[in-house]
Amino acid sequence: MNEFRFIGVDTARPDAPDKVSGRAQYIHDITLPGMLWGAIRFSDHAHARIRHIDTSEAEKLPGVEAVITAYNTPEVRIGFLRDNFALKRDKVRQFRDEIAAVAARDPETAREAAALIRVEYEPLPGVFSPEEALVEGAPLVHETDARGRARKDNIVPVRFAHHSGDLEAGKRASRHVVEGEYRVPLIQQSCMGTAGCIASFDARGNLTLVAKTQIPFLAQKDFNRALGALGLEGRNTRVVVPALGGGFGTGLDTHAYEYIAMLLAWRTGRPVKILYNREEEFAFLSPRQSASARIRQGCDENGRLTFREIEVVQDNGAYTSWGATFPSVMLVPATSLYRVQNVSFESKIVYTNNTYCQAMRGYGNPEITWPIESSIDELAELAGIDPFDMRLLNCNQPGETTPMGLKITTCGLKECLERTAASLDWKEKRGRQDAKRRGVGMAGVINVAGGGKIYRSDGSGIILKPDDYGNVNVSYGGVEMGQGLHSALALTVAEALGIRPENVIVNQTDTASCPWDVGTHASRGAFMACNAAVLAARKLKARLLEWAAEIYPQEVEEALARARRHSSFKEPDFDWRDAARRGQFELANGILTVTGAPELPELQVDFGRLLRAVHFRRQGPGTTFAEDAFYEPPTELPDWDKGIGNMSATYAFGAQGVEVEVDEETGEVKILRLVAVHDVGRVLNPQTLKGQIYGALAQGIGYAMYEQVLTDKGRVLNPGFTDYKLPTACEMGFPIDVQLVETNDPEGPFGAKGVGEPGLVPTAPAIANAIFDAIGVRIRDLPITPEKILLALRQRR
Amino acid sequence: MKVPLRFLLNGREVALEVQPHARLLDALRDYAGLTGTKEGCGEGECGACTVLVDGRAVNSCLYPALEAEGCAVLTVEGLVSAQGGLSELQQAFVEEGGAQCGFCTPGMVMSAAALLSENAAPSDDEIREALVGNLCRCTGYTQIVASIRAAAQKAGKAQS
Repeated sequence: MNEFRFIGVDTARPDAPDKVSGRAQYIHDITLPGMLWGAIRFSDHAHARIRHIDTSEAEKLPGVEAVITAYNTPEVRIGFLRDNFALKRDKVRQFRDEIAAVAARDPETAREAAALIRVEYEPLPGVFSPEEALVEGAPLVHETDARGRARKDNIVPVRFAHHSGDLEAGKRASRHVVEGEYRVPLIQQSCMGTAGCIASFDARGNLTLVAKTQIPFLAQKDFNRALGALGLEGRNTRVVVPALGGGFGTGLDTHAYEYIAMLLAWRTGRPVKILYNREEEFAFLSPRQSASARIRQGCDENGRLTFREIEVVQDNGAYTSWGATFPSVMLVPATSLYRVQNVSFESKIVYTNNTYCQAMRGYGNPEITWPIESSIDELAELAGIDPFDMRLLNCNQPGETTPMGLKITTCGLKECLERTAASLDWKEKRGRQDAKRRGVGMAGVINVAGGGKIYRSDGSGIILKPDDYGNVNVSYGGVEMGQGLHSALALTVAEALGIRPENVIVNQTDTASCPWDVGTHASRGAFMACNAAVLAARKLKARLLEWAAEIYPQEVEEALARARRHSSFKEPDFDWRDAARRGQFELANGILTVTGAPELPELQVDFGRLLRAVHFRRQGPGTTFAEDAFYEPPTELPDWDKGIGNMSATYAFGAQGVEVEVDEETGEVKILRLVAVHDVGRVLNPQTLKGQIYGALAQGIGYAMYEQVLTDKGRVLNPGFTDYKLPTACEMGFPIDVQLVETNDPEGPFGAKGVGEPGLVPTAPAIANAIFDAIGVRIRDLPITPEKILLALRQRR
Repeated sequence: MKVPLRFLLNGREVALEVQPHARLLDALRDYAGLTGTKEGCGEGECGACTVLVDGRAVNSCLYPALEAEGCAVLTVEGLVSAQGGLSELQQAFVEEGGAQCGFCTPGMVMSAAALLSENAAPSDDEIREALVGNLCRCTGYTQIVASIRAAAQKAGKAQS
């Protein structure tokens, strides 16, 4: 029995009608009067000194309005280490380095002009892997840091580490120890809508940026700083977010192309749009970081984990964005997926002359759950224990505090593992290795699910503003990028306030009208937005019910007076005046009434009528009103050196299992079925929640089996969907069983946890574990291609 | 140097002046002002630009605009009734969660429209086959397949 009216009920998304009819407006669809198009001239070398830039031919091309380089514009530094620049001076460090840019009347002219720019280089030797970059005397990607101090090596100055318990004692207590090195590739987020922006200035020097961003307010801060570089200190940036054609982490940082659009708009005094095409998206937007991890884990004679030791090395590329902070999230599973007391985690982020890397959904978690969950199976195999039993034995429990200091409030991991095993017929299927070469495998996941504190505030503000017609406008600073945030908000406001979801109107995200939010990442969108919405809705409802004491009797008396004109009318057999005097008001489904009242229209006041009566009040001054709230989760900013701190208000758990069939002749892996059981706290909208998980599974499958950005000496070799394989509807044609476990988290809105990311985290290790069960070979390097399987089979023989 | 182009766009005659090398996608978005059709890759791989030309689904990013001379072109905007109501197929995408970010959705809807015009009661495998040229990064396709299945079932019920 659902205790809620809207929460937990399949509801169509409010943004769906516009999306299915082609009305939703993405950055691609927006044109401003007088708008110019920008195009960027990227580097022809991975590492070189810039000797000379000749822009004269580009400037002569009819239709070109401006050509800019680092030599004719102020220096704009970007990135949290300030090691990147909007336009590069002196040196290029990667193929995608921006050397010059053009603003022209149309995109064709802009691109043609950019190609006419002549650049003379002095090529430098480059480093194209962490191994090369860490060699003594290797070429330096950056000779100095942002403050001009000489650098001695290619190690990025960020530190994420954790050492707890007694590692040596853990090793001594181990009966079995496994060790392995695991790798994950560079992959592209592959938003269907490519990146782009429109920058424009008003006559006072204020910037408006229509941006494909997930961090409107941190972007505002970045751009306000950049305005300072233009001599516009004190001027403001307004960030407006259009419909996003996917986000998946691409919008977590500000990008050089956005600053270039800003510079071109300032230079020309006209709006400037830059829009990447698919090839540029692949080659010039920051992908998900590649990484390698060496892991050692041990267990005692019963299978209880004794220690876990992990060293991660990541290829940062040439500049620093949020990819460099993946280890901050890796710490969560490294210390806290299953109960393990003695933990060591070290990470090294290395500059190379490859493309620099950024966030993607899961943000370090898939990268580290891949080795952890593969290694758990290796350990179980060595110890002669069923890997499902080993997971259950070491399962996290509600109420525990993990070595990282994570406070596990609710935890459905045990149920997720058990339901996964049941759905897969685990006990019958596992270990058969029959002639059909079928096998089953599983893996678990822990993920932040109540925000992820990485900034001084992890909070979210919200404003609820009723109108005169029974609608409530919601201004929220987070971003709808397809995940269903607006649906969750509409249901939450409707439920908490007592109106209908179709009367909740979520406004376009705009820094000028929405309260601050740190950004839509870390599975935090619905958790934060809905918690803030519940707080604001409570305040709004309390105020409305105060007015109800005056307004309800007036409205009911009038309605009754009208009704009495009809001879058939009978007086209600209910003392509504007494209930009203006692303040027993109820607002539900957009109707104000009093407790116990019979369902007579005369005793019901429509929400819109109530709002109009407040606005145009008969006695005393009327008013309009709105309520705001700011939700700050009860979390800690971790000490990253120590890797300790309860960074999220709650944690999501889950388990996935697969059955595979492997063709030993071709190396092809066929997925026969996939089960995903996730602890979601509480289901807000089953349809959108399942949609999130189905979509995450497809990304998990892509990561496990298909996707890899190939590079040669820093150049991207497969910048398009022809050679970069995304799963299609046919690859995803196997049966998928998604099950939701409701643990009703006390900190969650109606008990809900954040669920945006966990669905893609355990997919790859579950598949690798199933392949091992089927044919006895272990793949430690994603993606799991037929070639790797055949090679492993040959090596085994 | 622009050249004239006449075709039937969503049931109405249009006369445009386009660059000779313009793609049908450009004619629709830049010249006719219908931005519902999306460009996801520009090389016929993602299907976001799918429209129907004389009832056949094509990638409008590969289709020369001048090839559409005299043809009937149907875009996602053309599925909507004159009163602005969604078609059954679009409504099914709304009700079954077939759209998330929505960027691939117009192409998905048009590929589905082409399928259903030829096969009124497709199996799930046939639906997946029909979508093989349409990439989606958000949904994992499950609810898109469910949307098309629901639309077919509803149309089937209406006929019987």
